[in-house]
Amino acid sequence: MTSTIHDIGYRHYDGPRLGRAYALRSLFVHNLRAAYGLGRPAKTKVMPFLLFGAMLLPAVGSVAALALTKEPSALIRYSAYAVFLQPLIAIFLATQAPVIASRELRFHVVPLYFSRPLGRFDYVLAKYGAFTTALFILLATPVTLLYAGALATREPKKVQAGEPPPPKLPSIGEHTVHYLGGLVGCVLFALVLAGIGLVVAAFTPKRGFGVAGVIAVYLVSLTTVTIVQGIAESQTNYTVSGWAGLFTPFYLVDGVQVKLLGAQSSTPQPPPGATGGLVFALVCAGVILASVGILYARFRKAGLQ
Amino acid sequence: MPIIATQGLTMRFPGVTALDALTFGVEPGVVGLVGANGAGKSTLIKILLGLLPPTSGQAAVLGFDIARDGGRIREQVGYMPEHECLPPDMSATEFVVHMARMSGLPATAARERAADTLRHVGLYEERYRPIGGYSTGMRQRVKLAQSLVHDPQLVFLDEPTNGLDPAGRDEMLALIRRIGAEFGISVLVTSHMLGELERICEHVVIIDGGRLLRSQAVATFTEASGVLTVEVDEGTDKLGVRLAQAGLSVRPEGRFLLIDIAGEGTFDIIRDAVAELELSLIRMEQRRHHIEEIFAAGGPDLADGQPPPLGQPGPLGDAGQPRPPLPGGPPMGGPPPRGPQDGPPQQTYGGTYPTGGPDR
Repeated sequence: MTSTIHDIGYRHYDGPRLGRAYALRSLFVHNLRAAYGLGRPAKTKVMPFLLFGAMLLPAVGSVAALALTKEPSALIRYSAYAVFLQPLIAIFLATQAPVIASRELRFHVVPLYFSRPLGRFDYVLAKYGAFTTALFILLATPVTLLYAGALATREPKKVQAGEPPPPKLPSIGEHTVHYLGGLVGCVLFALVLAGIGLVVAAFTPKRGFGVAGVIAVYLVSLTTVTIVQGIAESQTNYTVSGWAGLFTPFYLVDGVQVKLLGAQSSTPQPPPGATGGLVFALVCAGVILASVGILYARFRKAGLQ
Repeated sequence: MPIIATQGLTMRFPGVTALDALTFGVEPGVVGLVGANGAGKSTLIKILLGLLPPTSGQAAVLGFDIARDGGRIREQVGYMPEHECLPPDMSATEFVVHMARMSGLPATAARERAADTLRHVGLYEERYRPIGGYSTGMRQRVKLAQSLVHDPQLVFLDEPTNGLDPAGRDEMLALIRRIGAEFGISVLVTSHMLGELERICEHVVIIDGGRLLRSQAVATFTEASGVLTVEVDEGTDKLGVRLAQAGLSVRPEGRFLLIDIAGEGTFDIIRDAVAELELSLIRMEQRRHHIEEIFAAGGPDLADGQPPPLGQPGPLGDAGQPRPPLPGGPPMGGPPPRGPQDGPPQQTYGGTYPTGGPDR
C-alpha cells in the first residue's frame, strides 16, 4: 500500500435511502449484537458469554441424568428453568442492561439518532426489542437443549427379564406442548425483565451504578417477598403469600405461567385463584407498557440536551 | 429557493425566551449563525431539525415545513452537535458506518461512504482505532464525518471549532469552506466568534438574546468604505498638514492617516503630496468595513431595515458582561489594528465579540 492517498474528490451518493423501517432493523441488530459484546472489544464479550455458558450447564447435566437414569423427573421442567437460575439471569440483566440503555446516554450519542429519520419511539422499540431478544436467547437456549434431550431419550425397547419395567417417559407430544408453553414463558420473562433492567439502567448513566441498581432492585424485591411469604405461610395465610409474588419479577411471571400457561408452580406460592392469574398477567402487561413509556420519555429528553 | 426560512419563530422556555420572533431567510451556501453563548443558536438548530416544536411562528428547511415534514428534513440534513457525542469503545469507521445505516444507507453503501467521508475530513489509518484514544481535533473530524456520511443537502455544524487549537481551527474552517464550495453541500455553521465566520461564510445571521440582529451577505458587511488608510515611513504629521491644506478631510489614527475620498482626484493629491515631501509610502488602501462594526453603536450605512439596538449592551458575554476585545487584533486580511484612541464612532468596542483570537 502506498503512503499517498489520491484525492479523487467528493462524490455524491445517489443510491437508495431505505428509510425508517430499515434503520429500525439495523438499530435492533446493532443493539442485539452489543448485548453479547459482538463487534466490541474482546473484554466486553467475556461476561455475556460466561453467563450464557453457565446457563447451559444445568440443562446439560439434566439431559445427561435423564439419559442415564431414564427417570422423567431428572429433566428440569421447562417453565421452572428461569426461576431456578434467576441469580444468573439477574447478573446478565445487571451487566448487560447498561450496555443497551446507559452507554448512549452517558456519551450523549442520542441526539445523533434523533437528527436522522429514525423516530424516538423507533429508537426505544429497537432497544427494548433487542434486549428482550438477547434475554430470550439466554433463557430459551437451555430450555431448547432440555427439549432436544427429552426427544433423544426414549425408553429402552427391550426390558431384561427379572428387572422392574422402567418408568414411563412422557410422550413426544406431551413434551412439545410443555416446551411451547415454556417458550411463551421465556418471552414473558424476557419482556418483563428487559423492561425493568432498561429502565433502571436508563436512570443510572454511570455503568457501575447501573449494574448495582439492577442487582439492588432484584435482590431487594426478592428478599422482601421471601420474608413476607415466610411470615404469611407461618400464619397459614396462603392468599397473602400468593399475592406477595406480584412484587418480584420472577415470581410475577411464574404466576402467569402457572395460571395461564398451565405450568406447575416453581415459587413458594402461586397466585390465588383465577383472579390472581388475571391480576398477575395485567401487572406484567403494565410493567412492559410502563417501561416503554418511561424509556420513551427518558430518551426523548436526552435527545434534546 | 431559500434553504432556511423562518417567520416569527419564537421559543419560550419557562422563565426564558430563547428565540424572539425570528424572521430571516438564507440562500444555499455557507451561512454563519453568530451569537454569544446562550443567544439561542442551538435551540434554533433543534427547531430547524424538527425536534423541538417552536412556541409560535413557522420555519421551512429545504422547502419542508418543520412542523409537518420533520422526517423529510432529517433525511436530507446532517447535524454535528456542539457537545461530545461519540462512544469511546467504537472505532471511527464502525461508528460512522452505523450512523450511515441509521440514515437509511444499505450496508455496502454505508461502508463505502464512511470510508470516503472519513478520508475527506482527514482521518486515515487512525480510523480503525477506538475513538476513546482520539485527540479533540480527531473527534471533531469524526463528528463532522457522521454529519456528512449520508450526503445531505445541508449540514448544521454547531460550534465546530470549539476546543481546537489555532491550527486545528484553521483546518476545520478550511474543511467547512470545502464542504460548501467543493462538496456542494450547504452549511449552517454557528460560532460565538464573528471573525472566524467572516472568513468562510457568504452570509451571516447574527442573533443576540434570541433576537435577530442582522441577516446579511458578508460582502455587504465588508464592502469598501469611503475612507483611505495611508501609511508613510515617517513624516506622518507633515503629510497630514499638507493634505489638509489641499482641502482633504484628514484625521490621524495611530501611525496611519484616514482620509475621506472626495473623488478620483483624492488619490492624485495624496500621491503628489507624498512625492513632494519625499516620504516613503508604505500603504495606501481603501478601508473595508469590518463585520464586527455592527455591534458598535453606529454604522448607519450598514442598516438593512432593522436598526441595531443602540446603546443596549445586551447579554453578549458569557456572564452577562461585555467581552473585552482580545489582544492581537482582528484576523488576517482585516483592517489594521485599531487602538482605543480611534476616532470614528463605529470603531468603538461597545461589547463586541472577539475576532478570531484564541477562544479562552
